[in-house]
Amino acid sequence: MTDTAPPQPQPQPAAVTARRSNGASTATLAHLSRATATRARNLIALYPEPRSALIPLCHLAQEQEGWLTPGVMVDIAALLDITPAEVFGTATFYDMLHTEPVGTHVVSVCTNVACLLNGALELLEHAESTLGVNAGGTTADGVITLEEAECLADCDATPCVQVNHRYVGAQTPESFDALMADLRSGARSADIPSHGTLNRVERTTGLQADRGQIATERAAMADAQSERAAAAKQAGS
Amino acid sequence: MAITDAPKIITGRLDHPDSHTLDRYLATGGYEGLRKALTMTPEAVAHEVDTASLLGRGGAGFPAGRKWSMLRKNPVTYLVVNGDESEPATFKDHLLIERDPHQLIEGVMIAAYALQVSQVFIYLRGEFALGLERTQAALNDAYSHGAVGNDIFGSGFSVDVVVHPGAGAYICGEETALLESLEGKRGFPRIKPPFFPAAIGLYGEPTVVNNVETMSNLPWIVLNGGAAFAALGEGRSTGTRLFALAGHVNNPGVFEIEMVKTTFHDLVYAPVLGGGIPHGRELKAFIPGGVSAPWFGPDQIDIPLGQDEVADAGSMLGSGSVVVMDDHTCAVRASWRITKFFARESCGQCTPCREGSGWLEKIMERIETGHGREEDLDLLLDACDNISPGLAWPPQQTTICVLGPSIPSSIGSAIQMFRDEFLVHIKEGGCPFD
Repeated sequence: MTDTAPPQPQPQPAAVTARRSNGASTATLAHLSRATATRARNLIALYPEPRSALIPLCHLAQEQEGWLTPGVMVDIAALLDITPAEVFGTATFYDMLHTEPVGTHVVSVCTNVACLLNGALELLEHAESTLGVNAGGTTADGVITLEEAECLADCDATPCVQVNHRYVGAQTPESFDALMADLRSGARSADIPSHGTLNRVERTTGLQADRGQIATERAAMADAQSERAAAAKQAGS
Repeated sequence: MAITDAPKIITGRLDHPDSHTLDRYLATGGYEGLRKALTMTPEAVAHEVDTASLLGRGGAGFPAGRKWSMLRKNPVTYLVVNGDESEPATFKDHLLIERDPHQLIEGVMIAAYALQVSQVFIYLRGEFALGLERTQAALNDAYSHGAVGNDIFGSGFSVDVVVHPGAGAYICGEETALLESLEGKRGFPRIKPPFFPAAIGLYGEPTVVNNVETMSNLPWIVLNGGAAFAALGEGRSTGTRLFALAGHVNNPGVFEIEMVKTTFHDLVYAPVLGGGIPHGRELKAFIPGGVSAPWFGPDQIDIPLGQDEVADAGSMLGSGSVVVMDDHTCAVRASWRITKFFARESCGQCTPCREGSGWLEKIMERIETGHGREEDLDLLLDACDNISPGLAWPPQQTTICVLGPSIPSSIGSAIQMFRDEFLVHIKEGGCPFD
């Protein structure tokens, strides 16, 4: 390494400066509502690195739009100071993040082994024929998207079904038909919000622990610990 | 052997319909373990967990105390709780998260104090919508109660806890994939070495990753002492453990059972546990520890529920989920469905797993649907051998993580135990169980 002059601040275009402001970005968001953006910034503040908030932000965006539209992915990228391609790249890995439109209700029928042993394939066939769509499809009225799911971790209530990731208990073909009718009539809207709304309980506090103080205390503790270890070693020798 | 009257260490509160609330938690001794821990030194708390010799309850069964001791020499930066329960037929953490989130939070706080970390992330499976709401509500209440946050119970110790949702990917239960996911990336497992979380974890800093059930045991261990925990069970398998029983049983569910003292037979047939197989049918086979585990047959039903006991018999206790198949079950179909699961959930980084899982699923499907060939059995085993050379147990691996080497378990078991059934599918051009 050779000595160099201290770096001179480089003039940057205003847009870039805004993007570098680490979550407190003032960039104009064209697709996320002001309320969603506020919640997003509160989430970002919980993480040491803004990008960690990517999946939580995708859930928020789905709560607003029902799915991840190209526009909201651009806004999420701006909030996290990454590219829209990086948002898309992460989102497409995860089953719950939809980069294509889905229905108001995503109905997930598990056919994994515990459900398979208890009639899941028969239930899925029934669902496909009565809804008139194959697994992965959305009904013409845009209300129901049917999914063949992997294990949903409720294996004592089989075959297991979730609607918008809320458990609805073991289903028979008859109860399934009644459930679909309830979804269409809005009878379940209190306990099953529309697709995208995952967690209706907001966090009520930001981070509280004083980061600087913690660092000082931990350094002191490490010192004390090594002193004790040294003393023990001396006593032992 | 019989079912013991061991205490309910982590399910004792669940009989109350309001078990998830702070009021119920405080009325049943809640946060007393944390209060006691805060009067001890962090080393003393860690020592109790060492004494308990609590094996991690996530699937690998690594001793939690040893996981921590790797970090006590150097300060740890983060504690991450793995609540991404997705191993098929495993639903014990689901229960703990939804029904007793304060117990989880208290355990997390005790671990945070022992490890002296100031930031914790609880990564919960995205599909647990109610679990996310319950845990966030409990966390909000715990902050208000002074059990989390700044200057906990006036001790001067401060920790922040963040509940983080996943978004649907089995592989994120693998701890390094979970950390990638928590960094906002695709859930690609990291190669070990060098990326052991204890050395290079979240954001490259030393990180402890522990399972939900492991954490939930800590309040009891601190209150009652590690020795009391170690007095339960036998050998390396100490304490009680949650077993998730599913498939063809009269009474599926999650049961807290003293380790080793109870057998698979008790779990499946005892009236207070599984209650036997419905319709008077016979046992055909069972999976002893999640779909990554090799299957057992009726001859192995008397094996005790202990980590080493199951390992010695050639399988694993894994995630503690037991799937029972009666004699009307098509072994080919069950194995095909498990293979299809792995094919869907392979992250795609490693060729043997990404390609192999797809080939295996296609071959299994054609056998089940009556289009199989006799040479398919050898072809299946050959493809399995390319993912896990030698098809040994525990498996060798050609891949970054253990997802790939888990694929041969069900296929190998099904062919070994039910070869004739495969041949009938092939010769008769269809499934004899249809």
